[in-house]
Amino acid sequence: MLKTFSLGGVHPEENKFSAGKKIEVLPVPEQVSVPIAQHIGAPSEPVVKKGDEVKVGQLIAKSTGFVSANIHSPVSGKVLKIDDILDASGYKRKAIIINVEGDEWDETINRSDKLITEISLSPEEIVKKIGEAGIVGLGGATFPAHVKLSVPPGKKCDILILNAVECEPYLTADHQLMMQKGEEIMVGTQILMTALGVDKAVIGIENNKPDAIAHMSELAKKYNGITVESLKVQYPQGGEKQLIDACIKRQVPSGKLPIEVGAVVQNVGTTYAVYEAIQKNKPLFERVVTVTGKSVTKPSNFMTRVGTPISQLIEAAGGLPEDTGKVIGGGPMMGKALTSIDVPVTKGSSGILIMPEKIATRKPIENCIRCSKCVSVCPMGLSPYLLMTVSDKAIWDRAEEEKIMDCIECGSCSFTCPASRPLLDYIRLGKGKVGQIMRSRTK
Amino acid sequence: MNVVLITIISLGALGTLSAIILYFVAQKFKVFEDPRIDQVEEVLPAANCGGCGFPGCRAFAEALVKADDISNLNCPVGGADTMSAAAGILGKEVAAAAPMVAVVRCNGTCDNRPKTSKYDGASSCTIASSLYGGETGCSYGCLGLGECVDACNFNAMYMDEKTGLPVIIEDNCVSCGACVTACPKNIIELRKKGPKSRRIYVSCVNKDKGAPAKKACSAACIGCGKCVKTCPFEAITLENNLAYIDYEKCKLCRKCVDVCPTNAITELNFPPKKPKVETAEAAE
Repeated sequence: MLKTFSLGGVHPEENKFSAGKKIEVLPVPEQVSVPIAQHIGAPSEPVVKKGDEVKVGQLIAKSTGFVSANIHSPVSGKVLKIDDILDASGYKRKAIIINVEGDEWDETINRSDKLITEISLSPEEIVKKIGEAGIVGLGGATFPAHVKLSVPPGKKCDILILNAVECEPYLTADHQLMMQKGEEIMVGTQILMTALGVDKAVIGIENNKPDAIAHMSELAKKYNGITVESLKVQYPQGGEKQLIDACIKRQVPSGKLPIEVGAVVQNVGTTYAVYEAIQKNKPLFERVVTVTGKSVTKPSNFMTRVGTPISQLIEAAGGLPEDTGKVIGGGPMMGKALTSIDVPVTKGSSGILIMPEKIATRKPIENCIRCSKCVSVCPMGLSPYLLMTVSDKAIWDRAEEEKIMDCIECGSCSFTCPASRPLLDYIRLGKGKVGQIMRSRTK
Repeated sequence: MNVVLITIISLGALGTLSAIILYFVAQKFKVFEDPRIDQVEEVLPAANCGGCGFPGCRAFAEALVKADDISNLNCPVGGADTMSAAAGILGKEVAAAAPMVAVVRCNGTCDNRPKTSKYDGASSCTIASSLYGGETGCSYGCLGLGECVDACNFNAMYMDEKTGLPVIIEDNCVSCGACVTACPKNIIELRKKGPKSRRIYVSCVNKDKGAPAKKACSAACIGCGKCVKTCPFEAITLENNLAYIDYEKCKLCRKCVDVCPTNAITELNFPPKKPKVETAEAAE
């Protein structure tokens, strides 16, 4: 029996149309807009001004705290302006807009494809360098990677878990990266193990990617301490707490971080970025983005510079299909519908999903029939129907008692609800309010 | 017979004893409550709307009794009559506060503000605004899902289906401020009702620069500053590309309304400037 997490979960249609499509390098666009808030935490502070010449990989915005990240120029050219642009949700956010001239890279970046396996840096130096390279969690949560690697005093980490689950339907970016950059990921894993001071690492892969499991298992034989764990396909296995449960059968207590059970989880994409940052001195300014959808003519995986307009990716994948109802940034379960396709790719863009109108529109909301399907699929053991009601009625103390803050916003409840109730929308509202109340209490 | 007697005596003794204990307990734990609180509560409107800033009418009555100076306390629902009645009971002085009314500072009707996207999520302004900027190019304006109308306890608001914006029924509005708190976009403001209910306000909250604001909505304030220069009373300020009229300073001269290039400044309840000839003829 294959391993998986113990509570709840759903299995949506996988629809991995772009699986097996080689990663294409997308041409550098004529202009990029690089938002200064691409990660969880404080927005970065621009260090360039209008008219400045920048090179690929040059620092253009500095991290403003521990939970924040540096941003590097994805292109070479001239800074046109620092202005407000529309972000994915239709709000105005500050971004650095650069006019591209040529493609001149910073000299310190090693651009050769040669694999470098030797790790010369000490753990502290590795964490510092990862922080400098502006690496954030590339699975989509964009949590700064160096924060997770800095184990708080008094806590001990004994195992590294690599998240190669890619449990979101449609997305294949991580899958393809493993197939093409497996060796680099292995070295990246060794770097992370050194940084954490652990001798064990598990790579969790769902068994709908048998080629990746075979490939990674083969490579893992060459490296000490790395094992590959084949997992049963179940959403949301890519959630940190679910993955830890699935791989090593440890349960993270409510309200606590994975380090509480001695584990640190990193995404494979992040691990590849770590390899490039440490061995090739290349900061994070490009990533693999899946462009896919049922009616897309050419579903693809693109290596894309941050700041490239999403419209350009869609164009490269064969253009916007006529029956398009929604364009979603991310996967179908946790992604967000975009209000415009002119928004730029950011560090957290794992995919662009184009949904035909027929399946994109929500069904009319009906009354709760108390079938408790949402309860049985919730991977955190919560009662979504109840959380929705208390959020709607603004009974915040009850919401807190019912552990609303444990919700990982995976959307399994909304997905499974036969009455198409917007459970997660209301739970998210409640989470925001309860979080505010809890923070004001500790002040 | 004997049994009956014993029962009466023992139960009687037990009852007397309990009464004595209860008497002393009542003395010991007596809570003194100012009888004026009840009297003041009597004259309050019992709407429990929270417009005064206190959780309900009783809490407000307590605050009135407790405070030495009640000039900064006001019941917006009852208005001057209620406040003077309450002040009369307490023997305190109260200045009549100017009556206020809620105004919706958005004129992004379906005609003025073309839609650029469509939202089909949960029908709640708070949820919608946490997810995205809105169905139009303006990320400041009204989302049109009517959370303010739901918050109103006085039947003073409704959603105009034609414009997609909430409308305030002035006669019913008690300026409790429930809609102001409910609106996640901070569009609704409480403003002075003004003489004969005449008011002038900037009906826009868009802080974008002129060009994008105008592109998103033809009735947007573009921050040109014409009204600021025109105003003879220095009542208008311009901040973040958005004009704001201070209702304390505004003398309702209407000069700003005339110069505004986008008609973002709204005047309410004024007689028409030039009586239309056709209507006069039609009347004849």
